[in-house]
Formats: sequence, C-alpha cells, structure tokens
Amino acid sequence: MSRLLARKRSAGRSERCCSSSSSLSPGKLTLLCDAKTDGSFLMHHFLSFYLKANCKVCFVALIQSFSHYNIVGQKLGVSLTAARERRQLVFLEGLKSAVDIFFRPQEEPHPLQFLREANTRNLQPLYEFVREALKPTDEEEAAWRCPVLLVDDLSVLLSLGVGAVAVLDFIHYCRATVCWERKGNIVALVHDSGDAEDEENDILLNGLSHQSHLILRAEGLATGFCKDVHGQLKILWRRPSQPTAPRDRSLTYQYKIQDKSVSFFAKGMSPAVL
Amino acid sequence: MTPSEGVGRGVESVLEMLESLLALGGMVLLRDSVEWEGRSLLKALIKKSALYGEQVHVLGCEVSEEEFREGFDSSINSRLVYHDLFRDPLNWSKTGEALPGGPLEALRALCGRTDPGPITVALDSLSWLLLHLPCTTLCQALHALSRQDPCPGKQVRVLGLLHEELHGPGPVRTLSSLAQAEVTLSGAMGQASAHILYRRPRQHPTHQTQWFSILPDFSLDLQGGPLLEPQPQPDPHTPPVDPTNHLTFNLRLSKKEREAKDSLALPFQFSSEKQQALLRPGPGQATSHIFYEPDTYDDLDQEDPDDDLDV
Repeated sequence: MSRLLARKRSAGRSERCCSSSSSLSPGKLTLLCDAKTDGSFLMHHFLSFYLKANCKVCFVALIQSFSHYNIVGQKLGVSLTAARERRQLVFLEGLKSAVDIFFRPQEEPHPLQFLREANTRNLQPLYEFVREALKPTDEEEAAWRCPVLLVDDLSVLLSLGVGAVAVLDFIHYCRATVCWERKGNIVALVHDSGDAEDEENDILLNGLSHQSHLILRAEGLATGFCKDVHGQLKILWRRPSQPTAPRDRSLTYQYKIQDKSVSFFAKGMSPAVL
Repeated sequence: MTPSEGVGRGVESVLEMLESLLALGGMVLLRDSVEWEGRSLLKALIKKSALYGEQVHVLGCEVSEEEFREGFDSSINSRLVYHDLFRDPLNWSKTGEALPGGPLEALRALCGRTDPGPITVALDSLSWLLLHLPCTTLCQALHALSRQDPCPGKQVRVLGLLHEELHGPGPVRTLSSLAQAEVTLSGAMGQASAHILYRRPRQHPTHQTQWFSILPDFSLDLQGGPLLEPQPQPDPHTPPVDPTNHLTFNLRLSKKEREAKDSLALPFQFSSEKQQALLRPGPGQATSHIFYEPDTYDDLDQEDPDDDLDV
C-alpha cells in the first residue's frame, strides 16, 4: 500500500515539477545548467512546451541540427517543420549557417558575423536577428502568445572566441527586448564544466545566474552512473517581485529520462529502489 | 536570553543595523552571491535613506525601472531618480534614448551635480560597471563620488551592489578598501545573514553578524539565528550509573599488594648481585655445553677474515 502511495505521489510530483517550473509568467529568464551530465532534455522540454502553448519561438540552435530537434520534438508531440512553416518558429541552425557565412559577401550582415571577425567585439548582429525574428507583425499579433527566445547553448560561444562579457551583454539586450519590452521569456543553456581554471565560463555562468529568475541545474549523481536514476535536478527561484523567505526558494528532485517523458521523484524515492 | 529579551534587543538592533550602515557616510559595499541575493537589502537601505528625506539616485544597469520601483510606495518612489542603463547601455539601438556617454559619463555626472542637499547614490550593480569599465577608472570615479565633502549639505552616500563570484580577488579587495562599511551576505538553513565590517575613521575595524529577513515592503526584520534543534535533556528520574561496579580488573591496590609490587626485581634490570650470579655458576645451576661437529666442507680457518681489511 505504501509503495502505491509513494508511486502516486511521485507521479503527481513530476507533473507539478514540470508545470511549476515552466509557468508562463511573462518576462522571465530561465537558466538551464548542467554539470557532469547532459541537460539537453530540459531544452527539448521547453521547446515543445512553448510550441504547444502557442508562443512565437525564436530558437538559436548552435549545437545540433534542425532534424535532431525535430526528431526529439516529434516524440514530445510537436512538429518543428510544421511550426516553421506556419511561422510560429524561427530557427537559426548554427551548424549550417556557420558554413554559409564564408560563402556570402562580407557586406551582408549575418547573425553569426563574429565567426568572420578576428577580434570579436560583441554579438550585436545576433541580437538584431533575434529582435527581428520576434518583432510583432500585425497579422501575427493575435495569433501567438508571448514571444520566447531559446538558446542552445551559450557555452559554445565561448569556445568560438566570444568573450564572456560579450555573451552577457547579448543576453542583457535580449532581456531588455524580449523580457521587458515584449513581456516574453528566455531560456538559455550553459554548461558548468566544474573546471576551476575555466574563468570565462564561470563568469558567464555566475553572471547569467544573477540575471535569472529561475535556475534549473541538472547534475549527475555524486555516486556515479545509475541505470534507474539519471541525475538530480536542483530548482532555484530567484528575484521574486516580493522578497520571500529563502527556504521557499529551492527544491531538489531526481529524475529518469524515458523515451517520451522524464519522470521526477523525491531524492531516494525512485520506484526502482522502493 | 528569553524570547522577549531577544525581541527587545532585536528592535534596537534593527535601527542600529540600517542606521549605522547609513550613518558612516562614504561607500557601503554589499557583497552578494547567486544563492543569497543582495538587491532586497539594497532596496531596504534605499527606503531608509528616502525616509530620511534624502534624494536617491539609482544607476540601474541590471533591472528595468519598473522592476526596481516595485514594492516601494509613492512617497519613496517620488524621491527615487532612476538613471536607466538597462534598456540600451551600449547604445546598440542608436535611437538616442541611451544615456549619453554610457555608464562612465553617467557616474561622473553624479559627481558633478550642483543641486544642494545630501544624496544617496545606489549602484545596481558595481559588478556590471566593473565588467564594462577598467577597474582603475571605476575606482577613481567612486573615490571622487564618495569623498567626504566638508560641507555637510553636500554629502554623498554611495551604496554599491557587488556580485562576488564574478570578479577576482584583486578588484573585490580594491573596491572593499574604498568602502567604509562592507556587508557580506550569506546564510544557513534558509535564513539570511549579513556579516558587516565597519571601518570607522581612527578606529579599528569592527565586525558584526546579523541574521535577518526582508519583509515585502522592504523593511528589515531581525532574527535570532537559524532554528537549531533543541538539545535532548537527560531524564532526571534515572539514577546515575556507577561505572566502577562490576569491573574485571583492580582499580586500587591493597597495602600488601603495593609492597610486593615495589619489591619486585624487574627481569632486565642489571644489579651487581645478578652479575655475580651469572659469572659464577652456582652448584645447583647447570652449565650449558655446545657440541659442534663440523661438516666436510666447513672452513675451519681460525683466522679472522676481516684482518686484511686494513680498516
């Protein structure tokens, strides 16, 4: 009996976990962070969540190809191809665009302009691309709910030679336009290498953490790899409009990634070990 | 301390903490972290300054004006002047809406103001300024801003919010040396605490740790500390157990046992009697003999092989 109750509780908790952290309160920056594990399942979740919620989505995808996200999206119940065709989704495929940029005349502005420049000063072209993509047009005004920017991921920009401050400025401007001006949301993924010597990544991660309203941190288990528990998710709410008690601000769950969903449960309450 | 005594002292401490931070003048540095954010305390200090009747200039780099003003009532908001460096700090939009000259000019403009009366300048945040301006330039501007003007009507109090994890120890210590009071925010068990370092002129630096929480209207509520588990009291009805009962060894010696112990000759102590006894085997003692039968290949050379070593 107690096992059944525990399973019911944990199932309910997984829905609540997803819904509370994915709430559509406007003007929020959600930071996804992963350490010693792959947090991309969170990005796939938010992409399908916001598309299903009828939001206008601009996805800056620097890590995987369009077809990869499409295949995973179909498992989660959304078709990126259809969303792109009906102009709900603006998709910047970084892997393809990065090659295109070298075969275009230099005068034409390109969102990934920084790849061509020896001395990358800022990500203003990328910001202009996002602003154009989420600019409200008359016929779309009624069609979609709030605009959403998804970035997968920001750490790769550091590897491509952009400074941490430039990436922070890019997100700052996106926040000013998408979150404040258009009352939309931003979801960005950053990797936490855990490497004490990677100062640029630390500045990026901490700087973004201070700007965020919600931090979802996926970590591998401290004890190592496990078949039934893939990792731990720490949820931290920051910057509430009213000061709240710090003890209400964080939660930790463990999770298991399945084919078409992710199940969450309290620490130590995995159905496999109960 | 009983709870009522704690509350009494708490009320005094509330006034002391915010007032003493503001009374020093000069710069107050608030050091926060991702887990323990400092903007609420900054807003509590701003509210206190505004209640004194001072004008508060906020250099807002990280949040929008609406978000910053949220939670303040109209009397405080009327005293708040928000210099917006959030919307377009780097002049990317080129619409002319950005503050001319960027953040540095905005900071210097505050130094050169001519309107009378003491003011408070809140920098939200110093981290943003430190990431976009050279450290030396920023420190010079801060020094010029918070320098104590002998004319009491023109005093400037500076409140700076610094996100500790974003900077190396050098810039943090440099900014800390400019501050008359430094508040480091941390906490434990869901309760926030402020570790305050006061640098009063001509006095030793003093430390104070204060547990607090901030109410929705940005007033401060002091706490005694994180709730600790109550210590379990021993049951007064159980008699104490004597541990010396039922031992398997002696704790004390009787007089006869002590004499016998003292007179015992230890086996390896060499006295003259023992020496004589060994040298002269007594009649009852059996002497030992060694019987040696050499093997065929034994070398029975009596010479000492080490003789020719010449050592």
